[in-house]
Amino acid sequence: MPKWADVLLVPLFSLVIAFAISALVILAIGEDPIRAMELMVTGSLGSTYGWGYTLYYTTNFLLTGLAVSIAFQAKLFNIGGEGQALIGGLGVALVCLFVPWPNWWTAMIGAILASAVFGALWAAIPAYLQARRGSHIVITTIMFNFIAASVLNYMLSHVLRPPASMDPATARFASELRLPRLADVLEPFGIAFSRSGPANVMLFVALAFCVLAYVMMSRTKLGFEIRAFGQSEPAAHYAGISAFRIIMIAMLISGALSGVMAVNSVMGGPQRLVMNAVEGAGFIGIAVALMGRSHPIGIIAPALLFGFLFQGGSELAIETTIPREMIVIIQALVIMFTGALDNLVRQPLEAMFALGRRKS
Amino acid sequence: MIADVTGGAAADAAPAIELRGISKAFGPVQANKDINIRVRKGTIHGIIGENGAGKSTLMSILYGFYRSDSGEVLIDGKPTQITDSLAAIRAGIGMVFQHFKLVENFTVLENVILGAEGGALLQPSKARARKLLTQLADDYELSVDPDAVVEDLNVGHQQRVEILKALYRQANILILDEPTGVLTPAEADHLFRILRGLKEQGKTIILITHKLREIMEVTDEVSVMRRGEMVATVNTADTNPSELAELMVGRKVLLDVQKTPAQPGEVVVSVRNLQVIDRHGVERLRGIDLDVRAGEILGIAGVAGNGQSQLLEVLAGMMPGTGTMTMNGKDMDLSLRRDNARTRREDSIAHVHEDRHRCGLILDFMAWENVAFGYHDRPEYQKNALLMDNAAILEDAKGKIERFDVRPPNPMLTAESFSGGNQQKIVLAREIERNPDLLLVGQPTRGVDIGAIEFIHKRLIELRDQGKAILLVSVELDEILSLSDRIVVMFDGKIMGERDPEQTNAQELGLLMAGVVGDSVTGDAA
Repeated sequence: MPKWADVLLVPLFSLVIAFAISALVILAIGEDPIRAMELMVTGSLGSTYGWGYTLYYTTNFLLTGLAVSIAFQAKLFNIGGEGQALIGGLGVALVCLFVPWPNWWTAMIGAILASAVFGALWAAIPAYLQARRGSHIVITTIMFNFIAASVLNYMLSHVLRPPASMDPATARFASELRLPRLADVLEPFGIAFSRSGPANVMLFVALAFCVLAYVMMSRTKLGFEIRAFGQSEPAAHYAGISAFRIIMIAMLISGALSGVMAVNSVMGGPQRLVMNAVEGAGFIGIAVALMGRSHPIGIIAPALLFGFLFQGGSELAIETTIPREMIVIIQALVIMFTGALDNLVRQPLEAMFALGRRKS
Repeated sequence: MIADVTGGAAADAAPAIELRGISKAFGPVQANKDINIRVRKGTIHGIIGENGAGKSTLMSILYGFYRSDSGEVLIDGKPTQITDSLAAIRAGIGMVFQHFKLVENFTVLENVILGAEGGALLQPSKARARKLLTQLADDYELSVDPDAVVEDLNVGHQQRVEILKALYRQANILILDEPTGVLTPAEADHLFRILRGLKEQGKTIILITHKLREIMEVTDEVSVMRRGEMVATVNTADTNPSELAELMVGRKVLLDVQKTPAQPGEVVVSVRNLQVIDRHGVERLRGIDLDVRAGEILGIAGVAGNGQSQLLEVLAGMMPGTGTMTMNGKDMDLSLRRDNARTRREDSIAHVHEDRHRCGLILDFMAWENVAFGYHDRPEYQKNALLMDNAAILEDAKGKIERFDVRPPNPMLTAESFSGGNQQKIVLAREIERNPDLLLVGQPTRGVDIGAIEFIHKRLIELRDQGKAILLVSVELDEILSLSDRIVVMFDGKIMGERDPEQTNAQELGLLMAGVVGDSVTGDAA
């Protein structure tokens, strides 16, 4: 099968099947799937208002997708993006609340560094346990998600909550720390963009990270060693590549990227740290990485797709009686067909191409 | 001639297996092209060919792993559809794979009945199998303790279990894929006696091998495959090894290695009292002493699994051990607290790992990346402090691929897409062109076709003649005998003795490899 078919046709057909089954489910609950699709598309892509949300979610998924991808290149399945992002959010809140930043961009750099360090440290513990003790990283990172949620819960209800507030959340950050939204960025170019969507400059930061990650994986010694280790641990050992070093570094990078996701969802979103600041983006990142074949550039399209699903889903919940949970089902179907059931589509396609070649 | 081999009735009967016009393509690769072959009942039929010649594909079609694109299979003259391995078993075909398919922690008996239990309760079939096993043991020298756990058996016995499995399923046609790769010469001889016994009972045997000696010794007829085609089928009695080699490769091949006497210089590497206990607490090396000098090839003979692999890995910094090792006068850290495979490379030790698929190469990496693998941190491969110079690596890889005649000479292909021989050339190009003072080589020609073997041997001799030390581990006695300037034999983690290749032979080495030290043994490691 030619490469273009592998990269384009397989996910495309998987998507079509996922949507077809979703349509059946929507039919089954007595709603019109065509109208539902229309609503999703117009709600997420039909206006700059919709785009403002779609791209905001996309930014989240770019960063968590990238985080999962880097770890997966070293054959480490980091399921802990959710927890690492939560702890990253704690880092964002701390530097935004307690450091008197002069303006938004110094604050953003500070927040990126803090969230990266917090996320990386949170990932470092499971990484160390894997590298030294052989504790399986899937188990430990998933457990660390629960611990992270509890830590955040404690911090928000007992430590960081303003005394007068009943809400388990931090105080609002200073208003000058607000990240410029896409409307602000596009205004100088004379492009009108809705002011209400939370998509902000972090979108460009996330895209820059994708490019940087691509360069790192394909052009540096570290990337070479991470890929080599991921492809074959015995071969890496033969080459004198330290397993401990690669596991630690890959997981630190992965945790840092997950952490940075919180800059978007905390500074770019509600301007304060709330309990559900991550909204499952850590898990969506796994699907994004799967669909993007763990390629730093390849994850951009799936991140956008899931941004669309997320925003389109919220619109559906508002406009129809289709419950919010329906969207979770659609997402699950997309994940299942593009990730887990990849071969369902790939094998018939491969057979088709083989047939085509024989005839020609 | 043809009629008389099997005598009377069988001669008139249809062939046990007849393949007509079998073709099979994998994508653009035509693995089998219009194959025709007749295997007469009650004979041992050899199939030889280089790696990638299509032998395994053909046998996989016969055993139902692949469906052929065209052509038909006739068993005992009847056209038979072999859709899967169950159909193959029903047709009376049994297969003994190169890598055994046994459940290691089951007993022999359990392995034999596995998948052919014939009922929900195990006891009746176990009793049946036990009776049959005793009978087969008497008939064919196929004795194995039915209650032994498979992982406790040596490879020779494990192989017998595979044969017993096939016979228990009433196989009349037995296919053996490279059966002697893991056996000592004595075990191989025993296997051949078993095969002859089976033949006398009217079984038909197909023997796939690349060892010409075995073909000459045990087969009645031999078919030669080359590049997916069946190029010849001849009576073994009417042919000879060099003719077969020529048929396999398609040109004349030098089976003997041409070399001048060694000019040994200084001791390059010196090992004393080397001991290794592996992760499971098993002693793998028990006090090895050896020296390798500049300009000589020290060959280590032995049956696989007697510590040779560990010896190479310890010297290469992949596995910790105790004792001392000095390289060019410098003490090496055998505990591997300071050293690792990378520092050993910096100390001018190159290592061609015996398992190129698992260790020597990254199969999903492209050839050019594999050429840098292990040396990817060298300054000539870096553009600046941050980035590697991929263009420089590619350029370097192109040169190495050309000088080592890697085919196809395309550095952008993944390592996986090369044949075994060409994969090995990529590894050798990478290691030899570093000009190491010591080259550790494990199984340099395992799974490598004859044409490439000749090339690889030549390169090793060349490196020796440049005054480099080479430590060669191989389970191929012929290879050890023809390449080495000195031979030591390992058995059970110990050195059994040293021999001069000019003054020893396969029989003597075979005894040492089996741990038998005769009275003629004199001398010690120099």
